[in-house]
Amino acid sequence: MLQNINIDVHHLTRVEGHGNIKVNVTDGVVETCEWQVPEAPRFFEAMCRGRHYSEVGRITSRICGICSIGHTLASVKATEAALGIEVTPQTTKLRTLLKHAENFDSHVLHVYVLVAPDLLGAPSAFALVETHAEVVARALRLKRLAHEWGSLIGGRTTHPTTVLPGGFSKVPTVPELSAMRDKLAAAVPDLQATLETIAALAPGIPAFDRPTEYMAVSSDSEYGLYDGFVQTILPDGDRARYDVADYRSCTNEYVSPLSTAKYTKNRLDSYAAGALARFNVNYDMLHPEAKKVAESLGMGPICTNPYMNSVAQVVEIVHSAHEALRLFDELIAEGVTEEPLVMPTRSGTGAAAVEVPRGILFHEYTFDDEGFCTEADCIIPTGQNHANIQADFDALLPWLMASGKSEDEMRLAFEMLVRAYDPCISCSTHYLDVEFVR
Amino acid sequence: MPETRKPTLAFFDFASCEGCQIEFTNYGDEATLELLKHVEIVEFREAMTETTTGRIDFALVEGSFTREEDRTRLQEIRRRSRVVIAYGACACTGGINALKNHQDDFAEYVYGDDASMPHLRSGTARPISAAIKVDYEVLGCPMSKEELLLVISNLLHGTIYFAPTYPVCVQCKRRETICRFDEGDYCMGQVAIAGCGAPCPADGIPCEACRGFVEDANIPALEKVLMDRAGFSHKRAVGKSRMFTANLRS
Ligand code: SF4
Ligand code: SF4
Ligand code: SF4
Repeated sequence: MLQNINIDVHHLTRVEGHGNIKVNVTDGVVETCEWQVPEAPRFFEAMCRGRHYSEVGRITSRICGICSIGHTLASVKATEAALGIEVTPQTTKLRTLLKHAENFDSHVLHVYVLVAPDLLGAPSAFALVETHAEVVARALRLKRLAHEWGSLIGGRTTHPTTVLPGGFSKVPTVPELSAMRDKLAAAVPDLQATLETIAALAPGIPAFDRPTEYMAVSSDSEYGLYDGFVQTILPDGDRARYDVADYRSCTNEYVSPLSTAKYTKNRLDSYAAGALARFNVNYDMLHPEAKKVAESLGMGPICTNPYMNSVAQVVEIVHSAHEALRLFDELIAEGVTEEPLVMPTRSGTGAAAVEVPRGILFHEYTFDDEGFCTEADCIIPTGQNHANIQADFDALLPWLMASGKSEDEMRLAFEMLVRAYDPCISCSTHYLDVEFVR
Repeated sequence: MPETRKPTLAFFDFASCEGCQIEFTNYGDEATLELLKHVEIVEFREAMTETTTGRIDFALVEGSFTREEDRTRLQEIRRRSRVVIAYGACACTGGINALKNHQDDFAEYVYGDDASMPHLRSGTARPISAAIKVDYEVLGCPMSKEELLLVISNLLHGTIYFAPTYPVCVQCKRRETICRFDEGDYCMGQVAIAGCGAPCPADGIPCEACRGFVEDANIPALEKVLMDRAGFSHKRAVGKSRMFTANLRS
């Protein structure tokens, strides 16, 4: 067993935002084992104040360029809840389809660009152009497909234009939907190949387990990405359910005595959000094709290996593709009509929860009688996952030491763990500093 | 083989949402693979492990300059780079981050009693040109990825890309979009710098000048139009006109 370990990863690569890993062991004694976040804070909640309700979603979308569809959707839903706006079934369907585009898009990027290089022993996806040209071409093809699919509904995928409180400024036509549906259906062989790539690489995923609480948006009618209540599940299968408006009672932001960070917790000391959490909480609502994929990859609920988040993302890629085909078919059969925006009926406070690729996103706003925002609160997935990442670190270090790994292997294992969460650190609405008092 | 060396391209980011980097991944297989034939990407923290300490031909910088400690990093990037390209509104003007420049209690509002902790210090959100010389600016929030390709392709050919100086209305008329004002809505395209192709009015929403204002934009007239033709209150008209342009005006 290694007695002296010194791992210092400054600005971890292949994650969104800036994070550091610091691990120090001297003579077999753990001195430091930390996940730190030195991102520049950006103060979005403050910037929403005084803005008209029609602008708030445009502003908070800029919290994160990767989850900007999810931020926009959470924001307009919270705005609608605050202003008593009930959108039409067509709007809900189009937004759900847009949400699937984002999950598909982001998971493709994460699995191919951030995770696959680790498993293929390459420093980056660019390095794979020489060695694995087909994998890279396939990744770029799937990425573009998702971009076109999201743009058709949202106008563009980075900071969508058409999504507004009360509905859409522009809706796709039936011929446009049909063309996109056919493109998506034609991508099924690429999805199959993705599975084969991941199945071949799966043995490289560390067999590390740490049971925790899992939290996700759930619904009785769908897998819970766009709408529903909040549900958590403990490793023994015990479930709890919360209304979205009561999100503070399940997120419980607090300042840890060990850290200056705002952490979240619920029934245990930390909880996980993201693809693996959704998989564990909402497994029964997965599309049958996605369940088949999970089974073929040897994965079932409740999966307690945090590294398997990347595999859960592959399961979700397949789920989103098949659910989207169903939604495309429904919209094509029903027809799509230009609908006027639904107007506010009152002022007040409203909250919303939407699943973004990395977990639950909560937005809450208060608007005055003139429609100006007076209060804003956003709780982002990575903020919720930080405490859980730290708890994983605390368990991972002794596990790695006991299994006789070298320092380099350990560094990679730590990096891979953080990358598996796909943390979206640049969403610095709540700054988190995970520096421990020594 | 120095004669066959491809120009190097590196990505750096400061206070931003990284949406401009994401736009870079949206070119699709053809454009991306073609670009990779002509440049060598040597640093891209979001997508690759490698970092570089060597010379960089084209440095792409995303995000605003908000903390004094970032100045050294910016100067270091400048020192090593032949061409520095600021891309996205955050880097070019301060962008949406600059909204907080008009508030003095933003830190207290978000962090309460913790606001005075040193690591939460955040000064004015400024363009990176406040710290270093910038050779090209690719405007927009997100930046226009087509324009970025034009800039890079001109650099590769040794020619110069000149960005438009006229307002968004010109591109909007060119694509025959019905004017937002004719739809009973409002718009800021009269004073916004073109180059994006005017996607927003075409998608049925007003231009919010995410690319900044044309030179000598008449802001009082803009506010008057927003009040007279769109029926905005004075407060809303003033707020609207500084959505992405908080640094470009008082
Ligand atoms: S300019 Fe806009 S899209 Fe680009 S990094 Fe800044 S906030 Fe994100
Ligand atoms: S919609 Fe906007 S950009 Fe287009 S012509 Fe009208 S004012 Fe100009
Ligand atoms: S139309 Fe206006 S808001 Fe839209 S991208 Fe162009 S400059 Fe930005």
